[in-house]
Amino acid sequence: MQFEYDGKINDIQLENAWAMIELSKSTSNGGIFMTGSRSITKISKQTYRTIRRDWDLYLLLIPGLIWFIMFAYKPMLGLRTAFYQYNLFRGFEGSTFVGLANFREFLQSPDFMRTMGNTLMIAFWQLAICFPLPIVLAISITEMKNKFVSKLTQTATFLPYFISTVVVCGMVVNFLSPSTGVINMVLGKIGVDPIYFMVKPQYFRGIYTSMTLWQTAGFNAIVYIAALMGIDPTLYEAATVDGAGKWKKIVHVTIPGIVPTIVTMFVLNIGKIVKVGYEAILLLYKPSTFPTADVIGTYTYRVGIEQGNYGLATAVGLFEALLALVLVVLANKLSHKLTENSLW
Amino acid sequence: MAKKSTQIISTGEKIFNATMIVVGIIISLICLYPIYYSVIASLSKPLFVENGSVMFAIKGFTLESYKVAFHKAGIWTAYGNTFFYTIFGVLVNMAFTTTMAYALSKPRLIFRKFFTLFTIFTMWFSAGMIPLYMTFKGYNLLDTRTAILFGFAINTYNLIIMKSFFEQVPESLEEAAFMDGATNITIFAKVYLPLSKAALITVGLFYTVSRWNGYFWYMTLLNDDKKLPLQVLLKKLLVDRVANETDAAIVTAQSLSSPTTVIYAIMIIAIVPMLIAYPYVQKYFKTGVTLGAVKG
Repeated sequence: MQFEYDGKINDIQLENAWAMIELSKSTSNGGIFMTGSRSITKISKQTYRTIRRDWDLYLLLIPGLIWFIMFAYKPMLGLRTAFYQYNLFRGFEGSTFVGLANFREFLQSPDFMRTMGNTLMIAFWQLAICFPLPIVLAISITEMKNKFVSKLTQTATFLPYFISTVVVCGMVVNFLSPSTGVINMVLGKIGVDPIYFMVKPQYFRGIYTSMTLWQTAGFNAIVYIAALMGIDPTLYEAATVDGAGKWKKIVHVTIPGIVPTIVTMFVLNIGKIVKVGYEAILLLYKPSTFPTADVIGTYTYRVGIEQGNYGLATAVGLFEALLALVLVVLANKLSHKLTENSLW
Repeated sequence: MAKKSTQIISTGEKIFNATMIVVGIIISLICLYPIYYSVIASLSKPLFVENGSVMFAIKGFTLESYKVAFHKAGIWTAYGNTFFYTIFGVLVNMAFTTTMAYALSKPRLIFRKFFTLFTIFTMWFSAGMIPLYMTFKGYNLLDTRTAILFGFAINTYNLIIMKSFFEQVPESLEEAAFMDGATNITIFAKVYLPLSKAALITVGLFYTVSRWNGYFWYMTLLNDDKKLPLQVLLKKLLVDRVANETDAAIVTAQSLSSPTTVIYAIMIIAIVPMLIAYPYVQKYFKTGVTLGAVKG
């Protein structure tokens, strides 16, 4: 590993958090205080000196550590709410322990089939559309020989990512409005009667998937573009010598070159995909579209924050978090088996 | 690097290149049109917007929608709040993130591996919405600005990016400073921070975007109208409007604004600062995203 610092980070390509751990494993053996002498006494003396010298290093660690304890780990203790008939005013002492009753209530209610089905369906469309298309986009952008068009495409596709969820949903609702929306205007011109897009359940998933694609495709493509830039150009030259055309080069050089990145992104994102973006759905759905739009996240919000049934809502949230975790582990195992690429 | 020799380009390749140009332009137009449409709709007379004659250009130019938007109750407060949460929120973010990242970047830190795992674990498993809400409630932080500023002080992903930046700074610099009798905090502030400008800007921008665009926790934690940011106000206006869809305002040729055009105007007001900062943001975001996710 080089330590030439030039103010840029392009040269370090650390895949993700897990790679960071790997890195810390490898560097912790080569720290400056261990080199030079191998004598045990000297090392411990040095360690002692280091700690004395480094007291303020630990001081720097403390604010962050306190934050993690207060806002990341303290809430985990609150997960036990899932096993209580939680009483808002009396806390845990005044609440009844009910074991798995909250989970049972959720699993046996009709809400379970609906929210679980919707979550899986929306996640499926995310995986089928919003995951692969950025890869295609990235390959297209790198294949554009016209510099201006390539830059334009990158800039234009990346821009929607910076527009807030509220504004994006606002655009969707307004564009699709049956009375004033631009989409229905266009449809009207070709003789189609106004469609009540936001009210009819059959349109919801399509709308949500297209919206997410618009918002995230350019952002997600960046990682692949970077990976594509990293492919050894001699491979392409060799392929040309072998008489490969454009298409063959893409299939045999480009795609294999970015498979590791694809796998990494897949495993990293599957958890997120399963925890479907309830923030946007909360802004788009209405009771008439619940049959296709109500996901576990939005259900948790309604039951917990709006109705104050903390026990049930926590149980539902925990169920979803565990499901996401299991899927990440499974995806990782699967990718390891199929491609020998995995995160851990 | 590709050689720029006098290669003969086949007809097939020419067609391919031309197709790619067309594809690129079409994709770009699809991505930009919704934003473009919102701009022209907010600047046109409502009659033309609502009868569908505004499609590609402004028709019946008027700034009335913006005037109405700026006179909406609470919009200035909300705009001010958004700036407040963004500026001070990002300062808090940076203070917590850089200090912790710096400590974690030092291999000599005892229990470094444990502390790193302690932070990374939260990326894979978090308590979720309700327990976090109850935690804020338990700290008596509901409906306070403190909750917004400090409750979201660290994003683990950004912490990891910052940490790996610090790891890139050559250790010899630190050693030299130690020789001069500097303490860790001095070295952090006087040596590392100035050297990591690019990193600070990248991570700072990540935080800025999420502070500016966020709505869910603002909406969930805050009740007082005086504390709400623009995104939540906008959300309320949108929901109200959707609820009243049936009795839409009557628009005549004379009207200079309508609920629809006003909504477009407010949306533009909300995204203009982001659009202005975009070229700058784009440059640094790319580096950050690449660092965070590429397998090398």
